Order: sequence, then C-alpha cells, then structure tokens
Amino acid sequence: MGRDGYTLARGGGAMMAWLSDNGLLLGLAVLDGLASAASIFMVAVGLNLVFGVLRILNVAHGSLYAIGAYTAASITLFLTSHGLPAWLSFPALVVAAALVGVILGPLIERVLLKRVEKQEPVLQLLVTFALFMILEDVQKLIWGVQPVSNDTPMRLLGTIDVPFGADVIPFTAYQLFVLPGIALFTLVGLAWFMRRTLTGRVIVAVTTDREAATSQGIDSAKITMLTFTFGAMLAALGGALASPMSSMVPGVGASTIVLSFAVVATAGLGQVEGAAIAAVMIGLGRSIAVYLEPELEVVVPYLIMVLVLLVRPQGLFGVTETRRI
Amino acid sequence: MSVLLSAQDLRLAFGGVKAADGINLDVMEREFLAIIGPNGAGKTTFINMTTGHLMPQGGSIRYEGKELLGMKPRAIVRLGIARSFQLPQLFTEHTVLENAAMAVAAREGAFSPFRPLLRPAFREEAEDLLNRFGLLPAADRRADALNEGTRKLTDIAMAVAMKPKLLLMDEPTSGVAAADKMAVVETLARVLRDAGVTAVFVEHDMDVVGRIADRVAVWGQGRIAALGPPGQILNDPVVQREVIGIRAGEVPHAAA
Amino acid sequence: MNARLEILAGILGAAVLVLLAYAAPWLRFVLTIALAKGITVLGILLLLRAGQVSFGHAMYVAIAAYSVAFIAPHMREALLLLPLAAVISAAAGLLIGLFVMRYREIFFGMLNLALSMVFYSLLEKLYTVTHGTDGIRLPVPTFLGRELAGASYEWAVFALALALAACFAVVVRIYLAAPLGQALAGIKTREARLEFMGVPGRFVLLAAYVLSALMAGCGGTIIALTSRHVTPALAYWTASGELVFIAILGGAGSVLGAFLGAVVYELTRVYAAANLADAWQLILGSVLLLVILFAPGGLFGIAQGLLRRRKAA
Repeated sequence: MGRDGYTLARGGGAMMAWLSDNGLLLGLAVLDGLASAASIFMVAVGLNLVFGVLRILNVAHGSLYAIGAYTAASITLFLTSHGLPAWLSFPALVVAAALVGVILGPLIERVLLKRVEKQEPVLQLLVTFALFMILEDVQKLIWGVQPVSNDTPMRLLGTIDVPFGADVIPFTAYQLFVLPGIALFTLVGLAWFMRRTLTGRVIVAVTTDREAATSQGIDSAKITMLTFTFGAMLAALGGALASPMSSMVPGVGASTIVLSFAVVATAGLGQVEGAAIAAVMIGLGRSIAVYLEPELEVVVPYLIMVLVLLVRPQGLFGVTETRRI
Repeated sequence: MSVLLSAQDLRLAFGGVKAADGINLDVMEREFLAIIGPNGAGKTTFINMTTGHLMPQGGSIRYEGKELLGMKPRAIVRLGIARSFQLPQLFTEHTVLENAAMAVAAREGAFSPFRPLLRPAFREEAEDLLNRFGLLPAADRRADALNEGTRKLTDIAMAVAMKPKLLLMDEPTSGVAAADKMAVVETLARVLRDAGVTAVFVEHDMDVVGRIADRVAVWGQGRIAALGPPGQILNDPVVQREVIGIRAGEVPHAAA
Repeated sequence: MNARLEILAGILGAAVLVLLAYAAPWLRFVLTIALAKGITVLGILLLLRAGQVSFGHAMYVAIAAYSVAFIAPHMREALLLLPLAAVISAAAGLLIGLFVMRYREIFFGMLNLALSMVFYSLLEKLYTVTHGTDGIRLPVPTFLGRELAGASYEWAVFALALALAACFAVVVRIYLAAPLGQALAGIKTREARLEFMGVPGRFVLLAAYVLSALMAGCGGTIIALTSRHVTPALAYWTASGELVFIAILGGAGSVLGAFLGAVVYELTRVYAAANLADAWQLILGSVLLLVILFAPGGLFGIAQGLLRRRKAA
C-alpha cells in the first residue's frame, strides 16, 4: 500500500474502534431521534406547503401543532373516561388533526391572511405573529397551564426490546413504527399527490407562478385556501401524533415553530422532500447531542441552520429566485 | 479627437442566441453615437457589457486605455461611466428632487450620516439639474406617481448628475410624449454637449437620431452592420428596409 | 408632521412619562423597560426602512444585559457599564453584520433568527457560566460613584433611560434625513440603482445594522440596570418578535411611534397580566391585528390622522 493507503487504513481503523465503542450510543440516538424527526417533519412540510402558496412563513403554524396535540389529548381523555374502548384513541388522533385543520385553516386564511395578501411581506408576517400570540393564550384559556397528558395510544402498543450488543433496550412500538411510519407515508403520499394528481399539479403551478396559473384559469384563491387548510391539518397531525409521548404545556407552540423554521430554512423554502431530509438531520443531530454532549442539544438545530445558510443561503435544496433589475 | 471607448471582438451567446458576435466599435470623445437596430439585435447587451453587468465570453472593452472587463459595476461607475435605463430605475418612495439629490450625494461620496440629504449645496444642484431637464414642476412628486416620460427624464437626470464622461442611454425618448420629444432631445443634447459628455444611446426614433447623432451604428444579429454619419446611414435603402421598416416607394416616416 | 411639532410632541411625551413616574411609583419600572424597548425598536425601524426584518435583535439586547451582569461584580459604576455593554453589543453587531449583509429579506430574517437562537440555547445550557434559566442577579450599581437606594435608584435609571431615548431619537432622526439613512429606503425600492450610483448597498445596511446593535445594547443595559436580573428569555425569538411588533404597533415610519408603541405595549402587558393573567397576549395580538388591518400607519399614524382632522375642522 502507498502512503495514502496506509493513512486511510489507520483512519478507518480508528473509526471502527470509535464506532464499536460508541456505536451503541449512536444506534440508541438514531432510534430515539426518529420519532421527533417524524413529528417535526409533519410541521415543517405543512409550513413549506403554506409558504409555497402564500410566500410568507406562518408563525402560527406551531400553534396549530400545539392545538392539534391538546385536542387529541382531550378527545382521548374523553373517550377513556367514558369507558369507550382504548383503541379508539388512534382514530381520535386523526380526527383531532382533521378538526383543527378544517376549522382553523379556512378561518385563518379567509378572515385574516386573505385580507392582508396585498400588503408588504413584513406586515403579513406580523399578522401571523399576532395570530400566534392570540392562539397561545387561547390554548391557556381552554386547557389551562397545568400539563395535559394522554399516553393511551402509546401504551396500547407496548414496547419492543431492541438488542444492543449485550444489552436490550426497550422502545415503544409507537415511537419506532407508528410515528415514523405515518411520516414516511405522508412524505411518499405527498410526493405522489403533487406529481400524479390534478389537484397536486395545480398546487405546484400556483406555487411556481401564481400569476401565470391564474391567467390560465386556475382559481388561485381557492387553491391557496385548500393548501393552507391541508398544511394546517399536517401541523395538527404532527402535534396529535406527538402528544402521547410527552405532556402538553404552554410554550410548545413557540418552541415548535422556531424548530420548524430551522428545518425549513435548512431544507430550502418550499421543498417537500428536502424537508424530510432536513428533519432527519436535525432530529438525529439533536438526539446524538443528547447522548454525546447534552448541553448542546438545544443548540444543534440552529447551529446546523446557521452553517447551511452561510454556505447555501437558499437551503440545501432551495432554488434561488433571480432578482430582476 | 481621441478614442474614449474601444470595444474589440466582443462575443456573447445566450443558449444559442448570439447577442454579440464580434463587436468592434470605437467611440470618439465628445461624440453622440446612436445605436439602432431591430429588437433582439444585442444593443442593450452591449450596454450591459460596458457597465460590467454582463461578462462577454470573448473580446475586450477599453475605456481611456483601461480594460473594463472583470471590473465590478461600482468600480466602472467610479471611472466616470453612467447609464440610464430602458425601464426607469427610480427610488419609488422618494420624490424626484430626492432622487436627483441622491445621485448628487453619491457622486460627492458624501454619504455621511449627519448632514441632511437636502442640504443647501445638494438641493441647489439637484434643482438646477431638474430645471435643465424641465423637471422642476415635478420636483416634489413621488417617483411612483409620475407619468412614463417624466420617469424617463428623471432617470436620465440621475445619470447626468453623476457628471460622467461617458453616458450610455437605453431608449432615452421612449415613453416621452411626441409633442415634447424634440424639446427634450434638444435640452438633453445641449446639457450633454455643454458638459463635454460623450453619449452612446440606443434609439428607435429616427427623427431623434437624425437630429442629434454624430454617427449611427446599425446593430444586427450581434454584429455592427453599418457605421457612419446619420445622413448616410439613414438614407441607405438596406438600412431603411431592414431597420426602419420602409418599403421601396413608400413615403419615409419615423418609426414609432 | 413637521419637525417643530414632532419636537413638541416628544417633549410633551417625555413630560407625561415623568408625571406618570412621579404619580405612580410602581409604574417607574414599567416605563423604564418601555423606554429601553423603545430605544431598541429605533434600530428595528432603521432596518425596516430598508425593507429588512431582523427576527433576532433580542440577541444584542441580551449580549449587553449579560455583559453588564458579568462586569458589574467587578465594576459597579452604571455610567461606565452603559458604554461598555453598548459597545460590546455594537462590536457583535459588526462581526455578525459582516456575514448577514450579503442576505436580503427572508434569508436575512432567518439568519438573524438562527444566530439569536444559538445564543439563547448557549445561555440556557451553559449553566456553569450563565446559571441557565435561573439567570444572574446583579449587585446594585452606583451612579457617578454614589450609592443610591430604593426610589432614588429607580429615578436614576429612569432618568438615564429617558436621556438615552431623547438622544437616540434625535440621532435617528438626523440619520434618516442624511444620505446614508435615505439610502436605506433605496435598498428596499431599487438597490440596483444604488450600485449603479457607486454606493455599496451592503455598507449602507451594515452601518444601520451596527447602529441598531448599539441601540439594542443600550436597551439591554437599561433592562439589566433596572431589573437587576438577567435571564436567557431576553434572547428568545419571541423577544425579537416583540420588538418588530412594537415597531409596527407604534408606526414603522416614525421615531416617536417607536416609543408610543413601546409604552402602550408595556402598559397593556402589565395591566392585562395583573387583571386577566392569561390574556395579555390575546389582547396585544388582537390590537396588532386591528392596527395592521385598519391602521397600517400604527398608533402614531392614527394620532397624526386625528390631528389633521382637528386642523381641517
């Protein structure tokens, strides 16, 4: 072997040694991070969809996540307290998301966003910020400030013992399969929907060039409302799915939205598939940090965002919009 | 008279379209050179290359002996080359007077944070400039509340405020009302000649070309098809047919 | 509103604040914070003029506040702490500005947000240095070497805040009338033209950015001096959002609007929190919505409109 080959072998050997020492940790981190990556993906992809048609980032999107979670918890608690079978908690999650999306989505879009669509982007952004503030208090008024928790769906599915070297670590089936599974299904379904169905392609058209789409007879206003509602449902679904894993407290909306911004900025605005990759990067980055350097856990998403933006301001998969003189 | 700007063998192609296919042109100091030609012939491309906004794929442009290619647009401006635009580029939230004053301030390099934009020295010069262009009545109107002709003139006035040595104008009279055109053109020519400015302008109105141009360059498919005094070029039957659009036997009239 | 009327309104406003602070001692703290936020919002106004929104300026507030917290145990003179902390924030603004200057609009906003969240996360997690969410408590600073206690200390900080507010209001007014400040609007409307005139857009924006960081630093110092307790929450993204909120609420075009917005915001927050604990965000959010929908010129715009109608009547 030449000099380079020798160095390579030594480097490879060192890496193998490190992996066998820490591989367990990495594996744990990966499995841990899957669930959180999945739920943050749901919010981020909804945010990106909304950005595509509205051209602004909806600060209230995190609140939709939180309200979806609260609603799911409430419905499930209602079901179980009334003696109804526990497995109903699963469809309850979806129903909660649908309710939140279908009620709040059109309401927000028609009553608020449509009214300001001709104003400067700053004002539109602030409208969503004001909405975020309002919804934060609405959550407190409806559900109070005490933690609300409901882990019925998670408990129902039990745990799976995952062998890690000599140890066996239990993970809930919920966080290993249900959450990531639904997120994967959403990703694939969305990609198929945008490419293969008429409605999906119409949405893409409006996203790409609203004026051109309108001039071709597409009802851009209706598409915008539809897309916003759909994005809201996705956010609420993300929250509903995440609710069994931790208790809901005020402030979840705020931390979720800023995390979603990190995902969306890293992925590139409007990128659906990219959002999945960025969500995985950030979700795994966080959980690896928890195991290696816990103090850095909260920093990691924003550090990733800063590094990506400094090198590629349009995000990993974003397209630069050419500035016309 | 010496050569102020010398373009040699400029080449630039955009995906199959040859915007510049071997441009050779010497612009003499203090002359008024009109550039005419059909749309898409590469006239605006030439201006963009000279001001540093497009990089040709071959050739060179020398200004007072200095090579311009590769220089940043800001540096080219500092050398004394200014341009006005086909679509007027005005600061839409500022008034006409403020737009002019900004140009004066930029030239003076006086972007200080403390003395106001409309300080007496700048205000006077801006008002004088506007006056020379007949824009004084519009001085306090916001730039986004003007008619096209006024916007055009303001755009040119801002370029002139830079006290350039070479002024490149992209269709300076398009949008100006027909009744005012000649007066505007005469004013423009007078202002520029008094200041010793060399002007290169793209123009579609042959009357304007005939009135103030010293030489006319005919652009076609990225090349200069003809170059000479207006009397010669404008009466050339080939030019009349290909560029101006007059068929043999018709009464000649200026293109709109 | 012409200059003389504005100066009059400013003096009147200051007088009202002093009267309030005298009549209701428990308001002194609130008004001092309002003035601090108003000074910071002046910086947001500058950037808004250029069409850029920074959703991360709370970082500069926090940098100054924590600087005061770290230096105060070693050097307690408030009138020295102020310039020190403000300059530290301005220096941070210069360093960061050099990077962010290349970006515009949404990318500008997101990069500022990201950097401020990195800073927030570090403040929260580096417990050994920053005491995490517990925050750091400050010893009582001295003013010109004199130990002040209780009400006199509060008045001293209030007076300092008022003086800074007046000073920066004047500075920003002059700045906005000068070519460098006027060019900010040029960045929003026609940045390419600025370049054609030989003016680097980046430099114009950087100058405004550093000035805004300096003012945020002064705001942060006042907050540290008056509350004597700095926590990571000072740097959270909602604090940055709050600043933009106040800018629009007050009226994005005017210097007086910034302070009007800040005072209304803080007073509403305190009253709503005291009486309807979980609804102050609801109230303020709704107010902002109403302002944006029906009075985009902000509170100051409404005031101007009323004045004009009075004159015409």
